[in-house]
Amino acid sequence: MVNAAYAIVALPLLGFLVNLVWGRRLGEPVAGWVGTFAAGGSFVATVIVWVTELGKPAMDRANDLTIFTWFPVGGLHANFGLLIDPLSMTMALFVTGVSTLIHLYSIGYMHRDPGFDRFFVYLNLFLFSMIVLVLGDNFLFSFLGWEGVGFCSYGLVGFWFQREVAAVAAKKAFVTNRVGDMGFLLAMFLMFAHFGSLNYSQVLGTLVHGHATGLLGGAPGAIAGTTATAITLLLFVGAVGKSAQIPLYIWLPDAMEGPTPISALIHAATMVTAGVYLMARAAPLLHYAHATSWVIAIVGTASAFVAATIACAQDDIKKALAYSTISQLGYMFLAVGAGDYADGLFHMLTHAFFKALLFLGAGAVIHAMANNQDMKWMGSLRKYLPITSTTFAVGWLAISGIPPFAGFWSKDAVLSAAWQMNKGLWAVGVLTAGLTAYYMSRQFALVFMGRARWQEARPAQVLAAADQVAGPDSATERAATGHPSTGHAGGHEAVGPGLPAPSHGEAHPADPVWTMYVPLIVLAVAAVLGGGINFPAWHLDFLSSFLKPLFPHATVLAVSTGTKWFLSLLTTAVALTGLLLGLSIWRTAEHPALQPAFLQRAWRFDDLVAAFVSGPARAGASVMAFVMDRRVVDGVVNGTASFLGLSARVVRKVQNGYLRSYALGIGTGLVIILAYLTFRIGG
Amino acid sequence: MSTIASPAHGAVASVHGLATHLAAATGSGCTIDGVTGKITGLCTAKGSISLPVNYAALVPMLVLFGAALVVLLLSATMPKRPYTSPWPAVPGLWASITALAGIGTVVDGLVQWHDVGGSGVVPLALGDQLFYDHMTAFFVIMFGAATVLGALISDGYLVREGLDGPEPYVLMLACSAGAVLMAQAAGLISLFLGLEIMSISLYAMSAYHRKRAASGEAGLKYFVLGSFASAIFIYGAALIYGATGSTQYLNIISFLISNAVVHNGVLLAGMGLVIAGLAFKVAAVPFHFWAPDVYQGAPTPFVGYMAAVAKAGGFAGLLRVLMLALPTQASDWRPIIWGLATASVLFGSVLALAQSDLKRLLAYSSVSQAGYVLIGLQPGTTGGVTAVCFYLFTYTFMVIGTFAIVGVVQGRGEARNDLSSVRGLAARSPWLAASMLVLLLGQAGIPLTSGFLGKWVVIAAAINKGQYALGLIGMLGAAIAAFIYLRVALLMFMAPEPTTAVVDVEAPAMAYAGGDLQSIATAGLSGRDTVLVLRAPPASRLRVPTPTAAVVVICVAFTIFAGVSTPLLSLSHAITLPWYM
Repeated sequence: MVNAAYAIVALPLLGFLVNLVWGRRLGEPVAGWVGTFAAGGSFVATVIVWVTELGKPAMDRANDLTIFTWFPVGGLHANFGLLIDPLSMTMALFVTGVSTLIHLYSIGYMHRDPGFDRFFVYLNLFLFSMIVLVLGDNFLFSFLGWEGVGFCSYGLVGFWFQREVAAVAAKKAFVTNRVGDMGFLLAMFLMFAHFGSLNYSQVLGTLVHGHATGLLGGAPGAIAGTTATAITLLLFVGAVGKSAQIPLYIWLPDAMEGPTPISALIHAATMVTAGVYLMARAAPLLHYAHATSWVIAIVGTASAFVAATIACAQDDIKKALAYSTISQLGYMFLAVGAGDYADGLFHMLTHAFFKALLFLGAGAVIHAMANNQDMKWMGSLRKYLPITSTTFAVGWLAISGIPPFAGFWSKDAVLSAAWQMNKGLWAVGVLTAGLTAYYMSRQFALVFMGRARWQEARPAQVLAAADQVAGPDSATERAATGHPSTGHAGGHEAVGPGLPAPSHGEAHPADPVWTMYVPLIVLAVAAVLGGGINFPAWHLDFLSSFLKPLFPHATVLAVSTGTKWFLSLLTTAVALTGLLLGLSIWRTAEHPALQPAFLQRAWRFDDLVAAFVSGPARAGASVMAFVMDRRVVDGVVNGTASFLGLSARVVRKVQNGYLRSYALGIGTGLVIILAYLTFRIGG
Repeated sequence: MSTIASPAHGAVASVHGLATHLAAATGSGCTIDGVTGKITGLCTAKGSISLPVNYAALVPMLVLFGAALVVLLLSATMPKRPYTSPWPAVPGLWASITALAGIGTVVDGLVQWHDVGGSGVVPLALGDQLFYDHMTAFFVIMFGAATVLGALISDGYLVREGLDGPEPYVLMLACSAGAVLMAQAAGLISLFLGLEIMSISLYAMSAYHRKRAASGEAGLKYFVLGSFASAIFIYGAALIYGATGSTQYLNIISFLISNAVVHNGVLLAGMGLVIAGLAFKVAAVPFHFWAPDVYQGAPTPFVGYMAAVAKAGGFAGLLRVLMLALPTQASDWRPIIWGLATASVLFGSVLALAQSDLKRLLAYSSVSQAGYVLIGLQPGTTGGVTAVCFYLFTYTFMVIGTFAIVGVVQGRGEARNDLSSVRGLAARSPWLAASMLVLLLGQAGIPLTSGFLGKWVVIAAAINKGQYALGLIGMLGAAIAAFIYLRVALLMFMAPEPTTAVVDVEAPAMAYAGGDLQSIATAGLSGRDTVLVLRAPPASRLRVPTPTAAVVVICVAFTIFAGVSTPLLSLSHAITLPWYM
């Protein structure tokens, strides 16, 4: 059991090291298989640990395994340890599971990419960091993982760094996340000041011999409401950055420049949910911070709604999914804000299944369409990609909240919690559910139904660009020419895995190789049955009861069965309406009225940021750069440097190689010491 | 404590005790003048002189001196020929014997560590001349390790330079034994004995490279200045003896505790002189002048060994003298150590900035490192003792590893000691460059290396005693020092410049011809910090002898190990000097 827990962390690290050192020599596909087996082994280890945990009484399922103490100096004990408890196990299970599938998928997707081994190096490092994040037993260790996943995200968004768009997107993601990280850091300082520790067990309490300790056990007067509010608000700033909520969501759509498996793994299933995990982890603190709970719920709802509206107007298959991710993450935060942590995590799990499925399906489509990502130029693909379209349909129905697919159950639970907290939040949530069904149906209709627009004549420049063999050069060219049907600056078509584009009319698009469709099928099954892990009746709510010891203060749903039925039926009706609307409208591809530029350009938020950055911010930055930095900071730095240089030259004169000078120097030192001591005589 | 008082006990007060000891003296010719306390003839106490010898405490010195004798005797009796080993992984005969003796010392240090236990009394051995406590065992392990590492890196170097022979290993073993004696010494006389054994070996080792004029120059300078420092030290010891009536630490402190010294001028002067003498050994500013010239001229592996052992020996002496013998004078010596520490940290770092010779740069860096150890010593607390011991132990590995790599990249004849010799090292030998990077980052005090923890504990010790200014200066110095190390690190990862004037340093004819190459390589030697022209690095492939590679790996592994986990730090916590506080 102990060994297995260490293996969860060690295997991805091992895979990372092996690929780092020998990756180039192993080459394709061995490097990919090394990575996949490392991830798979980690998953198996997680299952073993999880099953062992299940064998214990519910209140005893918390183990703290210290790996080593970094520096036990003074009051600071920086332990690097693993915390095995229901929450971390839930996270680790789906992170390693989904990750294994996406590793497998990537072997096919990254086929013939020159950076094949580098890709798996990053992928394993990402998995390692993510596991450190969720299994770490203190905020500092988790923060290391938090930064690690951020770094891997940076490296993978900019994986095709030869393309300027990708490099810029990577930078944007990194910089935006820094804002959030600052919040996390400040929260840690506050926590250390208040608790004198950063360990979860000491800050938040833990389970010891069937008893909850600390805040978890509801220690009275343990923390003032204002302190708890300040800490949780700062943590939430970190969560907003990592989980792409308003106002720090702008990096996620741009991050779609990365390879599609990355979008599926990091920017849909795992890394972006880290913020939700963090807030769920901080649940004992949130209990004392009602203001924060409200902020979380409102920001979550707003993000869910705004992102859903934007998703309705996107033409890029991945961007639509990216906004959808932001929207679904908003639901999770709504649940956390409403105090229903277990259902927030439930939605995180089902979302991981169906969103990873949708992204991987999108990847298969992009592959088949020779790296074209514009849905307006797709259509009728269900005839050519039977496996992809079937699995994609499952994902579509799941995210739309159609029973009995997984998304229905989790979304329904989240909305019930919202109903109990505030009817306004609930109403927006239901409206968003309708929008979700609408934009997903639109996507499904555009891609898989209707006419096969990709067979028709296209504007010459687009054709020319699409027919070129994918590569960094052609990408920049395409980025430069832009795309007629979208308002965005160009660069939608990913430079894919280096496949030559099939000429039109000769080769038909087809389903991908088995390494790619097996994950699709597995995830599709999970997206159908996923609701079963927390079925709301007959005591089948496994997830809620598994997590219950960690969330003793969670809101108890006091919604009567009748109301529940009513709410479920209403939500389903709204979702079905949206679904049918989407399907019927988007049989044909051109409805400019339904894609206002305002939505296409994401509520003009980026423009606003750009205007601010190029206007006042740039002016301010100029002042900082040219006046403050050059005169003051550089002045001090250069002044110090030249002072040091000067003094070094002076002192060097003494160091002239002559023994007599050295002896004189030593003698002088001695005289100074003795002269000082004469003042101490008699004292 | 002791069953026989030394006849050197001059204080009248002790004569009566001595007289009772010797009351039943039966031997002929032994007379005690009851008035003057003068003793003549051979005296035996109650039948025989009983000198308690704890052989367990003597084992490290017996091993090291014994190995030195073995090497000497073997070399005298065996036919004169080079005893290099036929297998690349095994060092030559002399180096092997030395390394084995070192390993034996380490093992014995570990045995001692368990043996000494944690009782509150200070155990004495060999009369009352030696201590046998945790600190002794700790330093024995450290010196043993330094001997192993030093011998292993010397082998490849000496073979390459055509200097292989038994002599340097004899010197190295004697030097380690002297250092062990310094750590064990229970009195100023034993300390001086150890100091001299260590120093004289080091003088000879510095001058050992007979084909390089610089080496001889280094040895001579070290010798002259070292003798000067020894004279200062022994004068100080004499003054302390005059003031307190003893040279034994425990007698000094018991005298100072039980007597109020009204006229303390002699005592203070003696203390100042002893501090100066030991500060010379650890190369603290302003007693550091020898270091750059000696480091630059002496054979590179010996420099690494010397930087570790001489510093640790000097600090062992300082710890004992200041914390055990003179804790009552802490308010007098703490400001002195403060001055030495800040001057060493700041001057060492700043002067290193201006260096273009790699070994010289490392010399100034070692000056600044000594400053950090002094920061740990300055508060005069148990935490400070822990910090000093931990810092020295980690520094031993970092500095020997660094000089091992320098010894490889400098090429035959120490042709290339300028900074640009490491330029492009990453391309020529990625593993060597990565190792060097770790060791440099360790010395700079970057987290997850032992150097970081070392700097952390010394600064924490100072802060805990309320020495905020000292802590601040330490951090400032670390910032400056980081620049030095990162500059070297950066050079390693820069592309080697295509050189116009190709100098083939591998060609033996050039290396010793005293031509252009020689003059450039030794330009700084005649003694000043000359700015050398940075030249392109040698393009030839690096040959790393296997023992040297092993040392580098060990040092890097230890630097990371002691940086991320804390068994060594916990060990250091056990070192206490119980008579103080």
